[in-house]
Amino acid sequence: MSSHISASANSPSHERLPHVTELSPEYSQVQPSDFPAIQDYGIIGDCRAAALVSKQGSIDWLCWPRFDKPAIFAALLDRQRGGNWQISAVLSGKVDRYYVPETNVLQTQFSTKTGIAILTDLMSGAGQLPHQLIMTPDHEIIRYVECTKGKIEIEITFFPRADYGARAVQIHEVGKLGLRMAVGKGVYWLRSSVPLKIKDGRAFARVMIHSRETIQFSLSYSEEAPAVLPAIDKSILDRVQGSIGRWQAWAKRADYDGSNRGEVIRSALALKLLSYAPSGAIIAAPTTSLPERIGADLNWDYRFCWLRDASLTIRALLELGYWYEATDFLDWMLHATRLTQPELRILYSLYGDRAPHEKTLDHLSGYKNSRPVRIGNAARDQYQLDVYGEVIDAAAQYAFHGGNLDREMQKVLIGFGNYVVQHWDSPDEGIWEPRTGRENHTHSRLLCWTALDRLITLHQKGKLQRAPVEIYKKNAEAICQQIKSRGWNEKLQSYVSVLDGDKLDSSLLLMSWYGFEKANSPRMQGTYRAIRQRLGTKDGLLYRYEVYPREGTFAICSFWETEFLAIGGGTLAEAQAMFDRLVRFRNDLGLYGEEIDPDTGAALGNFPQAFTHVGLIGAALSIRQREKGEQQLAHRSKDAEKRRPHSEANISGHIS
Amino acid sequence: MNWESWLFSGFLATLAVSTILSGSQGLGLTRMNIPYMIGTTVTSDREKAKAYGFILHVLNGWVFSIIYVLIFEDRHYANWWFGLLLGLAHALFVLTVGMSLIPGMHPRMASEQHGPNAVRQLEPPGFMALNYGYQTPLSVILSHAAFGAILGSLYHLK
Repeated sequence: MSSHISASANSPSHERLPHVTELSPEYSQVQPSDFPAIQDYGIIGDCRAAALVSKQGSIDWLCWPRFDKPAIFAALLDRQRGGNWQISAVLSGKVDRYYVPETNVLQTQFSTKTGIAILTDLMSGAGQLPHQLIMTPDHEIIRYVECTKGKIEIEITFFPRADYGARAVQIHEVGKLGLRMAVGKGVYWLRSSVPLKIKDGRAFARVMIHSRETIQFSLSYSEEAPAVLPAIDKSILDRVQGSIGRWQAWAKRADYDGSNRGEVIRSALALKLLSYAPSGAIIAAPTTSLPERIGADLNWDYRFCWLRDASLTIRALLELGYWYEATDFLDWMLHATRLTQPELRILYSLYGDRAPHEKTLDHLSGYKNSRPVRIGNAARDQYQLDVYGEVIDAAAQYAFHGGNLDREMQKVLIGFGNYVVQHWDSPDEGIWEPRTGRENHTHSRLLCWTALDRLITLHQKGKLQRAPVEIYKKNAEAICQQIKSRGWNEKLQSYVSVLDGDKLDSSLLLMSWYGFEKANSPRMQGTYRAIRQRLGTKDGLLYRYEVYPREGTFAICSFWETEFLAIGGGTLAEAQAMFDRLVRFRNDLGLYGEEIDPDTGAALGNFPQAFTHVGLIGAALSIRQREKGEQQLAHRSKDAEKRRPHSEANISGHIS
Repeated sequence: MNWESWLFSGFLATLAVSTILSGSQGLGLTRMNIPYMIGTTVTSDREKAKAYGFILHVLNGWVFSIIYVLIFEDRHYANWWFGLLLGLAHALFVLTVGMSLIPGMHPRMASEQHGPNAVRQLEPPGFMALNYGYQTPLSVILSHAAFGAILGSLYHLK
């Protein structure tokens, strides 16, 4: 559906003010039973923070000033105490949603029997130019409602709650400046083009708007005084249009010409929203404790950066031509993790600190009673050897695409390589982070082999000096032999999850992606058949491993399967068919969660999930490469270096 | 007037004010960033505003210390507690009169009467600068008391 941002608010004829009606009841209150489905959420953001907007026009999740700070709206996790900001039609009717094409500007269209209104939601800060004349707030959400047909009554309920819903927020009316709320170290300002009543910690109104009339809202946050208070006049439309223009310019840069461009661009935009521009980190998801199993305790905080996602993420960014983002992410990985080098933790905060200790928020009901709600992440103390391979492979891809590894970076990579040489034969927690102790995971061995293999290749290409290559070669060969002997189960005719074991997990499909064994080899074909048989569902989805009771199917595993087929494990038609099937499981906005309920197709887990979108981009890229007859493993392609732009300064549409 | 002593004590006292106010912001006592507030009178660029504002604030403090020094000379009396008393009076003046005048003088500051527009977008301080945090008066009083005390103790009467 096409976007609708009318300039009617600017026109001279636009003088009639919306009619504010008396409320009865005075305000609506979200009910405990009202939890929307996880896939009913859309996301807006500014590469620093994100908000989740429900189909009912309610912002149910917002953490300012950055992803991992306490939420001011947390109705996502508790309908009564969490707090939210809803703007919706009073009369029930049809709701359609869409992003303005190739942007992260969300539009929700309410169609009732009396009229139609479009709610436009965005965070305005993305891409702000440093020297512009008009000042802009540190953080701002713009909500802009326009009646496009007939008349329609709109209800606004603004209900902030401090510290994940733990405390009430005092709302102060400050003349024509708007509503002011001091919370912790910062201040929120709500500016509105219609008067709002205040009662019980809520601001609310009902407004009848007629065709071509608009109402506007701006919520801003600042930790520095004096805060910038945006004007609620025609300039708000300029900010909306400016944001649309910047996102579209950014999306236009994507170097992908395949038939899945729409899906790829949406995933790239989602990934961009989950990046933290000041440091270059990319978080796994903007939410905490959306459950992997409804009503159960598999609820984790994903507002951190996992190194295990590094390699696939860098590949997606480089292949799409997003050099700024790839460079920022690599810089973040190699420099922000400096305090723990040569050891690597599995996850870091946005600035490379250790993720905070895990604790529970017992005052929150949890999404559909899925308790406890957790903040922080206990996986911070886990030990995963695969991260070394992920980080080194990411750096190698960067170098193979033409990026320069300076002397300091080379030293860091050699430090990682030496660590791998000393520790590759140790048990670890593994990629899926089960809290059941350490084992000898085949996937971790694979990534240790990848780490050494890439360092050897970098040295051979003259991009890594003074590396102990002979030691790397000897250890890489030893790992290879171990995987081929103890990681292979003759009875199952498959590689297995744990050395000498008989369990499977979907990460084994990555053995071909990392170049360990060709996808069409008898062993990988056997492994694929076994995985499909034991971890597959009739809808073509995959569980990540064997666990009972079953959780949801893991979305990225299905994209790994698609990519496995595309790089030689199957035919091009099979890969495209698998891709098309997976696309059906995205929500109406093109977003994916971490998992997919195999029975209903509903999203499960934190939402939206960067890793899944990285998987989609990777699968689409591999399919396109197969279509073109290009070498399948992009990180080993001799052609990759040609992709780097001659001058990054010439790239337009940079958002930070 | 002892010019050399004024230059030295005035400079140190101004640095102390800047340090205390900046520390108060870092500790969460106030959101007020004085260099940013002053700097935005000449530029809308945030980073430049902070740099310009810091220089202007130091110069302003230095000039302002002349008034203290003139009072010391007039009374033939200068010690830390007399300076501290003058600092407290100065702080009260800034919080009550100064803060109420700022919205009218600052080219980018909005007011409660007219609201923000395309040019005047900055949040006004409100009574005693309470809009910038309810402990803002405390940090202003502390910093100005320190300003006066340092001047009073370091300035040598002619």
